[in-house]
Amino acid sequence: MTTPKKIGDVILDVRNISLRFGGVKALTDISFDVREHEIRAIIGPNGAGKSSMLNCINGVYAPQEGSITFRGRTFSHMNSRQVAEMGVARTFQNLALFKGMSVIDNIMSGRNLKIKSNLLLQALRWGPAEREEIRHREFVERIIDFLEIQAWRKTPVGQLPYGLQKRVDLGRALAMEPQVLLLDEPMAGMNVEEKQDMCRFVLDVNDEFGTTIVLIEHDMGVVMDISDRVVVLDYGKKIGDGTPGEVRGNPDVIRAYLGNS
Amino acid sequence: MTTTFPHLLLRHAAERPDAPALREKEYGIWQTRTWREAASTVRHMACGLRALGFERGQNLAFVSDNRPHVYLGFVAVQSVGGVPIPLYQDAVAAEMVFVMQDADVAFAFAENQEQVDKLLEVRESVPGIAHIIYDDPRGLRHYDQPGLVSTADLLALGAAWDREHPGAWEALAAQVAPDDVSVILYTSGTTGQPKGVCQTHASFIASARGGVEVDGLSPTDNVISYLPPAWVGDHLFSTAQWLVAGFTINCPESAATVQIDLREIGPTYYFAPPRVFEGMLTSVSIRMEDASAPKRWLFERCMALARRVGADLLDGRPVGGWDRFCYALADAAIYGPLRNVMGLSRIRVAYTAGAAIGPDLFRFFRSIGVNLKQLYGQTETCAYVCIQRNGQVQLNTVGAAAPGIELKIADNGEVLVKGVSVLKKYYKRPDATAEVIDAAGWFRTGDAGVIDAAGQLRIIDRAKDVGRLAGGAMFAPNYIENKLKFFQYIKEAVCFGHGRDQVCAFVNIDFEAVGNWAERQGLPYGGYVDLAAKPQVIALIGDCIAQVNADLAAEPGMADTQVARFLVLHKELDPDDDELTRTRKVRRKFVAEKYGVLVDALYAGRTEQFIETQVKFEDGRKGSVSATLQLADARTYPAAAQRAA
Repeated sequence: MTTPKKIGDVILDVRNISLRFGGVKALTDISFDVREHEIRAIIGPNGAGKSSMLNCINGVYAPQEGSITFRGRTFSHMNSRQVAEMGVARTFQNLALFKGMSVIDNIMSGRNLKIKSNLLLQALRWGPAEREEIRHREFVERIIDFLEIQAWRKTPVGQLPYGLQKRVDLGRALAMEPQVLLLDEPMAGMNVEEKQDMCRFVLDVNDEFGTTIVLIEHDMGVVMDISDRVVVLDYGKKIGDGTPGEVRGNPDVIRAYLGNS
Repeated sequence: MTTTFPHLLLRHAAERPDAPALREKEYGIWQTRTWREAASTVRHMACGLRALGFERGQNLAFVSDNRPHVYLGFVAVQSVGGVPIPLYQDAVAAEMVFVMQDADVAFAFAENQEQVDKLLEVRESVPGIAHIIYDDPRGLRHYDQPGLVSTADLLALGAAWDREHPGAWEALAAQVAPDDVSVILYTSGTTGQPKGVCQTHASFIASARGGVEVDGLSPTDNVISYLPPAWVGDHLFSTAQWLVAGFTINCPESAATVQIDLREIGPTYYFAPPRVFEGMLTSVSIRMEDASAPKRWLFERCMALARRVGADLLDGRPVGGWDRFCYALADAAIYGPLRNVMGLSRIRVAYTAGAAIGPDLFRFFRSIGVNLKQLYGQTETCAYVCIQRNGQVQLNTVGAAAPGIELKIADNGEVLVKGVSVLKKYYKRPDATAEVIDAAGWFRTGDAGVIDAAGQLRIIDRAKDVGRLAGGAMFAPNYIENKLKFFQYIKEAVCFGHGRDQVCAFVNIDFEAVGNWAERQGLPYGGYVDLAAKPQVIALIGDCIAQVNADLAAEPGMADTQVARFLVLHKELDPDDDELTRTRKVRRKFVAEKYGVLVDALYAGRTEQFIETQVKFEDGRKGSVSATLQLADARTYPAAAQRAA
């Protein structure tokens, strides 16, 4: 039906990452890579270290050992602002939107790094600042159109149902024009219809903008349907890595999910 | 007088090239196209179709929401001698198959990926659909099926073809004659397969012109085009009158934003079926019920004044000075802001048609200064038979015959129509055409009605629905159902009684209104099925039915048709389950068969009945819902004459 998409070279390479909080080993010697334009899933039972892994990638946590190579530059730990400037955006498992602000303003806040005019000019909305704001607003409007949330443009985000807030969260991440998008459980707490919508948006983002996506997800059906490759974590260790088909047949993975029989 | 739609468009483009022809909200901004741009798009679309091999006499199906390219596409197709066939965009693929086959569709226009997917599914059983033109390319980049082309590519193709064939398009457009079929509108088909109604340029233009003259519509008017393009009403208002009067049509951003877009545009001319006005009133009522006591008091005082004098002011009848003064004050405080909230601030003329409108609803809008009027017509008559003139607006009639239309009532009470708007024929159905148009040119509307002394038509019911109770009394189910539906708590009602000894009814609650009512009563509920089964809700509906019965008892000849027993259905009647037509009219016979056990239980006098029904979800999957329904008796009243005695 559709032509297969082109998966490129390795864009993000995680090598031997270990993260400890005091005596607690959150991650032990984790290595995997992410190729350009692919959808890469990280799965695992609760407490397996999935969110910690994302937090290492976008610089919230600094791992004690290992390195992360992003587009040819190697870091022992990432700095979160630097990561954002290099084109990595993320959404959050527990939404971190500005509840009192409108949908537009929330997504506009994702453009923050792209706005060049200074605070004074912005406050006065004068000359170049005004032109710049119009340009960014146009970009935000394209995201609103893309995510089909036109009807709620001016609604305060706190008043929106959960599924729509998740979409706004995704919209804000997209506003950064990211090359790599980290999605932390984008479908958690959604009903079937909202999940289907979200899957479609994730696939469309990947397809239309060529964005590389790293996603954490609990819903196995979703993961197996949309990901190109899957990493499986359990108790901070990597126990599987491969295509959905390979992972599904991996005995370690089956044991982690279903227990020993 | 004799002209065609492509010529009308070209005339506007020549006479006022820079005036706005249509607007569409995209990326948060209303994007305007002038008449010159509109004409150029039409030209290139038409040439693009020729380049793809579209021939004179071919049909092109449109499956889309209200987009500029749909309205311009209609004219483009007409300009090369083709016929546009708009289809209901929310129909599922299986429903489209019949029309696509019937009309030998080889070219189709789809709005987006969703509609393209449907058309590709249809193509499996109708392989003749060779070309699919899509408007929004999103998600379609990797589709490699043959025959897919975007509107952008079509326009480019057309521009190139136009350069290679100078003068060819003008020559084609000049061949189009006023008596050519300009559009085929498929009737929603309350019974049997849909039929394609062929209307000519001449009849739609004459109908549009009549309406434009009655209301003095001009190029400065603004209309919001949000109703399904397959509906005759939208075709009359957003296509025919648009091209005749030359006003501006505005396409909303998406179906979900219509209410917001309506406020932004502030149309001067507006058309909606009663359910849209009902929705507006319901949302106002709900918000007022939640308002603080002083606000509610002020609102009720002002509305009482409006009910007393508002309609008289609108019709220019004499009103006392003090009342005028109070009305002006209330207009500044309440009516004005209210009209503004609903997006009706600039309305000069608003029409409702398609179904009977409730008395309270109709009076509400007129009393707050919205010039709401009724018109009457059907697909076969370009929705143009009767039209209410300013100053002669009555609730229970649909107005006098429109310019160019003659009316008479047949012996069986059926309304007959002759004149400019009557259809040319049903597509490929001479038998059906002969059935509805007699040798003298009278068209049988299928509605039962009476014409009063002032020439105003009053519609009672569908002629074929009018039945008789076992006792011999006339039974007009729609008439009773409409009375029931006028209550805000009742969304849909179905009455049975033909050949029976009494009338029984199914009722669908209005989830929003009843849900809000339940919240105010402190009544907890867990969804639609649960709410519909609450004894308090059944009692609430029982009160509504009792009021209708009191009304019926007071009307001559109607006392016997009071609703004796009723039940509240556990699921909403839905077009996806074939219970309603796409225009949301009840398929009474189908419902009676599907819910046969419930009908039998009502007539058997039982007090409860278990039922399990199949439902279809929007994505086509099937499931079932079951419930045990309570069957209740309604209060009835003795007939008025007996009461007096």
